[in-house]
Amino acid sequence: MKRTVLAGIAAAESRRRALLVVTRLTDGAQCLLDAETCEGELPLSAEQLTQARSFLDAGRSASLDGADALFARAYVPSPRLLIVGAVHIAQVLAPMATAVGFEVIVIDPRGAFASAERFPGVQLSAEWPDEALARLGLDAATALVALSHDPKLDDPALELALPAPLFYIGALGSRRTHEKRLERLRAAGLDALVGRIHSPIGLDLGGRSPAEIAVSILAEIIQVRYRRERA
Amino acid sequence: MSADTGSLFETLQQWRAAGRAAALATVVSTWGSSPRPEGSHLAVDEAGHFVGSVSGGCIEGAVIDAAAAVMASGRPQLLEFGVSDEQAWQVGLACGGRVQVFVEAVE
Repeated sequence: MKRTVLAGIAAAESRRRALLVVTRLTDGAQCLLDAETCEGELPLSAEQLTQARSFLDAGRSASLDGADALFARAYVPSPRLLIVGAVHIAQVLAPMATAVGFEVIVIDPRGAFASAERFPGVQLSAEWPDEALARLGLDAATALVALSHDPKLDDPALELALPAPLFYIGALGSRRTHEKRLERLRAAGLDALVGRIHSPIGLDLGGRSPAEIAVSILAEIIQVRYRRERA
Repeated sequence: MSADTGSLFETLQQWRAAGRAAALATVVSTWGSSPRPEGSHLAVDEAGHFVGSVSGGCIEGAVIDAAAAVMASGRPQLLEFGVSDEQAWQVGLACGGRVQVFVEAVE
């Protein structure tokens, strides 16, 4: 693997861009492919290029057709988890989701909650949720959970999240709390979208502690992510 | 960072920046039940430190040995492990699958 190929993969990962690396297994020659360009010492035929681009779009790693022993490895942006509310559950959920491969950002304008002391090594945003979400962008590889229990934080986040292509939206709260939340969101004109919110949040594991609830939330996010991929 | 590679490529860059030789192993085909899908990576440095995985742990030792040879020669190798293979009984793919692993030196 050439230095430029290694640097290209590392750069694509840090910039959240999809990339495909095609390797000829007989000699290790490689090329890097993204939506626009194809660079490197390995030339591809038109058919191989078409198939490689389809693998890039699908995030699929597999051999290309033909007798050339070409293996294509897709690198796709990591899923992101945006946590609104730097609460106790968030303190457990953030490192767990990181371990599972999510890029995690905890959003809470209340400095006493979103402190580096309470969230060591976690990316924190002290912005209001609507500002943070507008800056971060809400793509299909992103999940959002509203955990603050405070409508001043949760509602603006949900109002932005519902029309966006996020793969998962969850909100913490009792059935009664959620009913009231739905009333407010409907009044804000989001009636057709409120069904997207997972609430009660998380798989029903029966746990009650903040850590147990974090496990059930993360389990549900993983389940929804792969269910959508399979569909 | 990708969900399935973590900071593996960052680690590779750090090893190379520190002047340590390194190799990258990739699962390029699987048959039957195999624990890690195509595209799974294992990175190895010259001292045998490794990150990532190409199996449930059963062939990592053999892959790390091959990686040392690849680092020394600079020539890539295509390894195959499976239950039909004499070698596989030694390194053991307990799951009964077969995998092909490509090992390349990192320049």
